[in-house]
Amino acid sequence: MLRRAVEELSTGSDSDYSKYWISWFLSSKGNEYFCEVEEDYILDRFNLTGLNTEVTNYSQALDLITDNLDDDIQDELRGSLDVQARLLYGLIHARWIVTARGLAKMLEKYKKADFGRCPRILCQSQPLLPVGLTDIPYEKSVKLYCPRCEDLYSPKSSRHGSIDGAYFGTSFPHLLFLVYPHLIPPKSGPPDITAGASSEGRRVAPGRRAREELEGSVTEGVGEGVSTAAAALKADRYRPKIFGFQVNEIAKLQRWQEAIRDRQVARLEDLDV
Amino acid sequence: MSRHQQSSSLGPSQEELEEEEAVSGEGDEVMGEAEDGEGYTSSTPTSTLTWISWFCSLPGHEYFCEVSEDFIEDDFNLTGLNAMVPFWKEAMEMVLDVEPDEDSARVPDVSIVEASAELLYGLVHQRYIITRQGLQAMADKYENATFGSCPRVYCQNCYVVPCGRSDVPGLDTVKLYCPNCHDIYSPPSSRFQGIDGAFFGTTFAHLFFQSYRELAPAPFYKLSSSAASSSISPARSPRNASDSGHLEEEAFVNPNPYGGQKRAAGKVYVSRIYGFRVSERAKSGPRMTWLRMRPESPGDLDMVDWRGRWLDEEGGSEFEEDEDEEGGDRPMEDFDPVRTGLK
Ligand SMILES: [Zn+2]
Ligand SMILES: [Zn+2]
Repeated sequence: MLRRAVEELSTGSDSDYSKYWISWFLSSKGNEYFCEVEEDYILDRFNLTGLNTEVTNYSQALDLITDNLDDDIQDELRGSLDVQARLLYGLIHARWIVTARGLAKMLEKYKKADFGRCPRILCQSQPLLPVGLTDIPYEKSVKLYCPRCEDLYSPKSSRHGSIDGAYFGTSFPHLLFLVYPHLIPPKSGPPDITAGASSEGRRVAPGRRAREELEGSVTEGVGEGVSTAAAALKADRYRPKIFGFQVNEIAKLQRWQEAIRDRQVARLEDLDV
Repeated sequence: MSRHQQSSSLGPSQEELEEEEAVSGEGDEVMGEAEDGEGYTSSTPTSTLTWISWFCSLPGHEYFCEVSEDFIEDDFNLTGLNAMVPFWKEAMEMVLDVEPDEDSARVPDVSIVEASAELLYGLVHQRYIITRQGLQAMADKYENATFGSCPRVYCQNCYVVPCGRSDVPGLDTVKLYCPNCHDIYSPPSSRFQGIDGAFFGTTFAHLFFQSYRELAPAPFYKLSSSAASSSISPARSPRNASDSGHLEEEAFVNPNPYGGQKRAAGKVYVSRIYGFRVSERAKSGPRMTWLRMRPESPGDLDMVDWRGRWLDEEGGSEFEEDEDEEGGDRPMEDFDPVRTGLK
């Protein structure tokens, strides 16, 4: 911090662009999913354990993202170093967003729907969260997790579709809801947790406590003490129809799926989750 | 939107629109597209095109197929529509490129007729695409990926078809139906967000997959060794994955001749924390896997009766939490938040 303040005084003519690597990186098009990793976190070498073997030119890459790179080598190496710096920042980012402060930063972005919204119609524009399919870099691109339908979607824009999923990791969204269970979204109704969760067109299910819960809680999923055992019963689903009649084979599959659901609800109610 | 106001040179080309989409973020897309409307405002009539071809070529109208004029000229196919479309006669003349009658002094503002023509065409389109000819026209577009593919990762880019949630115009915009997950999605581009879903209707999507069963994924799924290797395509080579998908289809048979004859993309997402599956006993544990699950064999579907009850309560237990088919990447113990000190 102090160093930056000094730098600001001495190199007044420099544009913001070159001054702070991280803010440049975060403001670049396509990097909207990333949050800012706090400098303290990066400067604590303990947090970077093992990354030196993942990144070539590790120390220069680290210098670059912390704005400590010598101006002399900056020009010659900058091109190749930039790739390494992105990799290093991404890998640090994956570790950072599963810390308490990182989760909080990503939560702010989630609340602003920075990661887009679920394309599934019945999820009613539920905000998404980024997730990786693997924690190993250069394997799979980033996907988006919807906490309402609990499924994965591809980013709409190819710009985001080419980001490495390992920069977000496989655990992040699930850890978020583990730590903030009151933020688990309701399975029906508008995603705004302050609005009433109405659900029309759902099947009446055999769950014992289910019915009371369907009628009882208006802001389901927001209370610390609210059970999620029967949450799935509120989920709306699409039913294909031809001239108003259900399609036989699909209706059969859907009945089977709902029987699976009902059995899980019964199991969870017995466990008193 | 008028053909008479359009200039092909000034309007944004398809490439430009795609480009814009690729550049703009999810959030700012709406702003970018808002300018598109102005793109058509110029004044050269494109005389060589029929109204129908022109209409179907407009940006945002990619999902429409060209209804044959024979179909529109057959009054039987239009039964009941004249009550729904104002300025019916003028709209018909516009759609069929007929010179207006001389005594049409009562012709209103041309933009009103245009709106009527669009409504007329949309409603005729809803009927046309559920005829044999119309289904074929849509099948051609389907195989060319005109409607795009399912955004759900584990549907492995299965192609989708447009559908409406209502057959009555003016209620809802067009959606996309995926035959693999049987779910509906919003089109990826906002240029489709002004298209009425009733112009595709509620029946078409499902009649389409009944008519082309080889395009409909079957309701059961068993992870085979070949499916395991191509089960999820790496982001860098989506084409390879779909190629191998076609190879698999050759060996696939659904014993139900009236059912989907394509091998399903059946993987279901399993949420994990540090490699361990999140337990259903956690408050934040999985609650929705059922929505995407398929039984391993077609016979399993018969274990549930028409009311949705298991015929044999214990018989179904083998499906319980059986999604860990992905092979042994990690031990499958449940993640316990208490033990790891996270809570
Ligand atoms: Zn969703
Ligand atoms: Zn799908």
